[in-house]
Amino acid sequence: MGASARSLRGQVAIVGIGETTYYKHGKSPDSEFKLALQAILRACEDAGVDPRDIDGFSGFSDERSDAVRLSTALGSRRLRTSLMQWGGGGGGCCAAVANGAAAIATGMADCVVAFRSLAQGQFGRFGQAGQVPAISGERAYLMPYGVLAPPQRFAMRVQRFMHEHGVHQEALRAIAMASYAHAQNNPRALMHGKPLTEEAYDASRWIAEPLHLFDCCMENDGAAAVVMVSAERARDLRQPGVYLLGAASGSGYRFGAMPHNSPRYASANFETLAQDLYAMAQIGPADVDNVQSYENFTGGVAMALAEHGFFHPEQANEFLTLENLTAPHGGLPLNTSGGNLAECYVHGFELILEAVRQVRGQSVNQTRRHEVSLVIGGPMVAPASDLLLGSANLL
Amino acid sequence: MHKTYLPPGLPSPIPEPDGLSAPYWNGLRQERLLVQRCKACCTWQFGPEWLCHACLQFDPDWVEVAPQGTIFSWERVWHPSHPALQGHGPYLVVLVELAQAGQVRMVGNLLGDPMQAVRVGAPVQGVYEHHPDASPAYSLLQWTLT
Repeated sequence: MGASARSLRGQVAIVGIGETTYYKHGKSPDSEFKLALQAILRACEDAGVDPRDIDGFSGFSDERSDAVRLSTALGSRRLRTSLMQWGGGGGGCCAAVANGAAAIATGMADCVVAFRSLAQGQFGRFGQAGQVPAISGERAYLMPYGVLAPPQRFAMRVQRFMHEHGVHQEALRAIAMASYAHAQNNPRALMHGKPLTEEAYDASRWIAEPLHLFDCCMENDGAAAVVMVSAERARDLRQPGVYLLGAASGSGYRFGAMPHNSPRYASANFETLAQDLYAMAQIGPADVDNVQSYENFTGGVAMALAEHGFFHPEQANEFLTLENLTAPHGGLPLNTSGGNLAECYVHGFELILEAVRQVRGQSVNQTRRHEVSLVIGGPMVAPASDLLLGSANLL
Repeated sequence: MHKTYLPPGLPSPIPEPDGLSAPYWNGLRQERLLVQRCKACCTWQFGPEWLCHACLQFDPDWVEVAPQGTIFSWERVWHPSHPALQGHGPYLVVLVELAQAGQVRMVGNLLGDPMQAVRVGAPVQGVYEHHPDASPAYSLLQWTLT
């Protein structure tokens, strides 16, 4: 088998998207599992697919709404694949899509849902450390020193990146402001009607320097799902198919060396992934029309964009401006739904739905060109993942 | 006033059930900094693993090194992510690179004024901080500017 045959390019399409109402954390009136069902049924309705035809589920970050319960609840005729991206938390959001697509491309399933469901009031939050008397492994080297939650775990990577490349706080601010600017046009967004000014960003409290409050994602309740089928079947469905052009997941050399011993420390961990991604898609950064990039923290977005070839780190201050990152006229519109900072933190899965909307031409912040959308999963984690989606015109 | 940099109540570090990091944590209690070094190829490794990542020999040695390094990165933490830190105020975390141990890095707190200016590259000296009243008792390696 030649290398060209071992590719997802053009083989699978996202044909339906669905999300619940988005809530502040702890505010969902519905259980987490019910949110998952709502999002999945809406995605099926969008696609015009019978939910009982779903024969696979794909999740990430230890998804609690499990595949067997879902297929049972939905009355699925049969279950053929149940997939979980192993490790990496929100870094796996794109891999959940890719793994499901791989099952379709290899004949292991015909109709796969990838999704995320979250009701953080009913379970734990990322942003508060568990209260345990003793800890071992990686966290033993961190928690006794007050490095407890993600902001503290990632701020030193950002600080080092800013130090090595002379990146200014204003570059991080532009990333935050782009998300907020886009959210003002998005009625789904939790920060709709709550614009962010430069002054408000600068005056906001530090969470862990160099990260202000507005550099950090929200924590929310909600669910989002996509339905995938083969390219062949996608042609007969209600919505224009949005095709997987490329996908990659994983990690660079010893990036996961703990605690904080990655050889390439000031990195979002996309150096190896971006190469694989563009190679599979047979396109380059110049072909990307908009980017949906997981903002756990703005500094990680800056690193991730550089590692996907949009600018050299030394050019970050010039590239990362509100004007350049905002649809429709910016050079690289970023997080056009508001993303994790201002739409809803569905652990990045809402970014995949927005990429689909962009390619379909259905975004509230539609970019001028919208043939190709890049989604970048959680930066600075291992394994990370990314995804290139495109229209049928690319095939 | 507590004698430790951060207030009591944060989790105690303990070795994994398989004992991989026990030499490290036991060493700190005796004011000795132990880091893995491969007995075959002399590659330094931290955190510990059962295997040398460079030459794949099992069971690297534990070698004592001087607790001296330079600041590789840092953060000033303001938001309390644990009940023990409520009302405590800002504190400094540093990532220290140990030139004498193959540039391995260790996370600790930078002792002194939490509002002091911090410079990447600044040399630091290790200070052992004992928590005899914690359950279980443990010791940390903190850092101070030299």
